[in-house]
Amino acid sequence: MAKPVAVQMKGISKFFGEVVANKDVDLTVYEGEILSLLGENGSGKTTLMNMLSGIYFPDEGEVVIEGEPVVIRSPRDAYRYKIGMVHQHFKLVDVFTALDNILLGEEMPRYSVKERAAELKEEAAEPRYVVDNDDAEAPVKTVRATDTKAGRAKLALRTAVLPVVKLFKKAQFNWLPRKRGQKAREIAAKYGFDIDLNKKIYDMSVSEKQTVEIIKVLYRGADILILDEPTAVLTPQETEKLFDVLRNMREDGKSIIIITHKLNEVMEISDRVAVLRKGEFIGAVNTSETSIPQLTEMMVGRKTDLNIHRGDPVGCEERLTVEGLSFTDHEGVQKLKDVSFTARSGEILGIAGIAGSGQRELLETIAGLLRPSKGTIVYHDPATGKDENLVKKSPAKIRELGVRLSFVPEDRLGMGLVGSMDIIDNMMLRSYKRGIPVKIDKKHTVNVPLILDRKRPRQLAERIIQELEVVTPSTHTPVRRLSGGNIQKVLVGREIAAAPTVFMAAYPVRGLDINSSYTIYNLLNEQKEKGVAVIYVGEDLDVLIELCDRIMVICAGKVTGIVDGRTTDKETIGLMMTDSLSSENSEEVAND
Amino acid sequence: MFLTFLQSAIRFSAVFLFGSVGETLTEKSGNLNLGIPGIMCMGASGAIVGASTYVAAVGGVGGITAWGATLVTIIFALLFSLLGGLIYCVLTATLRCNQNVSGLALTTFGVGVLSFFGGSADTTGFTVISGFFRQSFPIGDNPNWFETLFLSYGCLVYIAIIIAVIAAIVLKKTRVGLNLRAVGENPATADAAGISVTNYKYGATLIGSMIAGLGGLFYIMDQTGGVVEYTIDTYGWMAVALVIFTVWRPNWAILGSILFSILYLLPNYVSVSFAEREVIKMIPYLVTIVVLVITSIVSRRESQPPAALGLSYFREER
Repeated sequence: MAKPVAVQMKGISKFFGEVVANKDVDLTVYEGEILSLLGENGSGKTTLMNMLSGIYFPDEGEVVIEGEPVVIRSPRDAYRYKIGMVHQHFKLVDVFTALDNILLGEEMPRYSVKERAAELKEEAAEPRYVVDNDDAEAPVKTVRATDTKAGRAKLALRTAVLPVVKLFKKAQFNWLPRKRGQKAREIAAKYGFDIDLNKKIYDMSVSEKQTVEIIKVLYRGADILILDEPTAVLTPQETEKLFDVLRNMREDGKSIIIITHKLNEVMEISDRVAVLRKGEFIGAVNTSETSIPQLTEMMVGRKTDLNIHRGDPVGCEERLTVEGLSFTDHEGVQKLKDVSFTARSGEILGIAGIAGSGQRELLETIAGLLRPSKGTIVYHDPATGKDENLVKKSPAKIRELGVRLSFVPEDRLGMGLVGSMDIIDNMMLRSYKRGIPVKIDKKHTVNVPLILDRKRPRQLAERIIQELEVVTPSTHTPVRRLSGGNIQKVLVGREIAAAPTVFMAAYPVRGLDINSSYTIYNLLNEQKEKGVAVIYVGEDLDVLIELCDRIMVICAGKVTGIVDGRTTDKETIGLMMTDSLSSENSEEVAND
Repeated sequence: MFLTFLQSAIRFSAVFLFGSVGETLTEKSGNLNLGIPGIMCMGASGAIVGASTYVAAVGGVGGITAWGATLVTIIFALLFSLLGGLIYCVLTATLRCNQNVSGLALTTFGVGVLSFFGGSADTTGFTVISGFFRQSFPIGDNPNWFETLFLSYGCLVYIAIIIAVIAAIVLKKTRVGLNLRAVGENPATADAAGISVTNYKYGATLIGSMIAGLGGLFYIMDQTGGVVEYTIDTYGWMAVALVIFTVWRPNWAILGSILFSILYLLPNYVSVSFAEREVIKMIPYLVTIVVLVITSIVSRRESQPPAALGLSYFREER
């Protein structure tokens, strides 16, 4: 490799208590390249990079920059060595403008009274040569400022006021100038970022926030950029834009490390791929000389089947009929417009659409979390054969009716699970109302309400951990300490355990690695085979087409069509996702 | 009549202003210091200890000089309130104890400290020292309205307003203020940006405590004229309410504190029954609740408390 080395990590290990996050990792990053750091959840990618960016400090090993071992103890140290990281959870202050976030923590120039005093002294003691015509013997005389009394007094005075000068200098630098951020704007223009730096962060979309983060890192002078799962939250279009920017940076000689587990993106953007598995470094290969199956094998440690086995629909009775559903949110934006569809038992109904087209609102309306302004949601009970209208019923009420509805929301730790509670307690969220079972005689047990039953939830938790291979230190670990994939397994496991007849999942594989993703797909297929009506909201069109029996395309809250998953293709769906969007926009313009 | 009322209200407002500016600075760093009433009590205790030590040291009332007395009293008040702030910081920023519990404990402690020193100190010469603090601009015996409203106060009232203005400017216009606000909003972000979260929390809380402590000093040495009174914690709570009332803006606190003190003093100037008097005293708190309701309805992000207020920060926690 002709390119010079930007940074080298040698024999890095990091332990959290008994957990080995990284073990003896060697990683070399070259200048002007895009390196993908690939690995499954919990393989220690983020931890490794956190050690490079100063969040953690390695327990063993060293970081070498320009042939010298360096110590990086804080993010500020990292910036000193021109390393900057964009974290997965953005580190931005919401109430600040983009610009203030970028300028935050800028290092102040040092002003040392001592040094300045020494300088002044030297200056004063410097000899000057004066020609004295009157003195014939030695016409050239050496004169020092300190020779005269006045000169010495001047020096003393200038030295004495230095602390005051320092105070002024500090105050001056401390002052936030009204017109600040010229340099930040230049950076934005140079790499082709399209952003208003005076916008407040809370008004920004996820992609804009990410842009701010990247500009922030560049502003701090980083030559080595680390991006943690940058595309996890972006739409395909935004991802393309980001990649263009990254390519611009590479042209500029910067090194970029992308932490990811999306193999398509690895192949598309990176020059080299480094693979971690269970905290250990497996190897680094040139992207041009590798393939997706090879990378998967390196990542997972064995050959993995990347096919989704779609069975034929089972039963196909109508389970849920939605008719003319409309919903307007509290800001007066109509999120759902006259949505009608039927979900059948034993099939997976996919919902495709650009993020924010109303998918979330649709599922939450069905789950009873939102109240639609119009329309009906009728549930056909397979046990009794009765029809129930679920509109304007709370989730508790819906459950009381005997409707077995399971919901995996997109916001796992916000709506699905309680982050600070352990797995058992999270299981109990669905069952605590039942009370504790008490045997009254050999045949009968009654549930005594108000007393908690911990036994069954514990058994359930243990079963989920075992069956879904959840990696957790114990059943008593708060779920937010688990990795994204494991959190999702806990949530899906609990929802499946409720033996649903309708199973709704919103972006269940978002942020998950291959293995976990395929576990989830298989679980959905299993549910389908059991005769459950599965509703799956996804973003990856390839997966939707492979997984779903029917795909409903939704655009700006309107259903633009329902297609058969077996006969359709990506282009058709993509067209339905966007084509009607443009007509929608023109309609709105006309209304204005 | 109205003029004197307004004048005494403006003078009394300094107690609230010191307290709320100090608390605002503290809260901007993410520390919800409910120990402010206690710290104001400790400031007052410091003033009492300082003044009586000084009087004893100069050998009685005859030896008191204006500069010596005021300086020693101020320094003691600052030291005592600094100590209060330090206790709070060590508990919350270093040991990461619960902020509410630590703050409430500190208030109880501060009230006790004031009772102890207030009850045991020798208050000889306090009226003389108080006279120095109450020294106003030279105005005649018959001041006009302008002189009454603007020039008739002791130095601490002006200091309170100057501190409030400086605090507002520092928070809004300087890098230190920007960093401090970032620490209170999102310490993890500030940390990643290379800002020392602990230093800022300590700095803001200690300076805030000292400012609040001056409120205690003002009450003992200016407001009561050197008489020890034990009601300071009440004003401390009003100062905490004032922080919410002014939506964390020290410059608004100048007017807010005057409003609070008008409401607080109103019963003394209008003839009302005891019950009505107590109702009027409730108004500042009611107004604060109304402000809370309004800000939460309007839900403007800038009017919300610092996002990380009341939370401890651990770097290695996910």
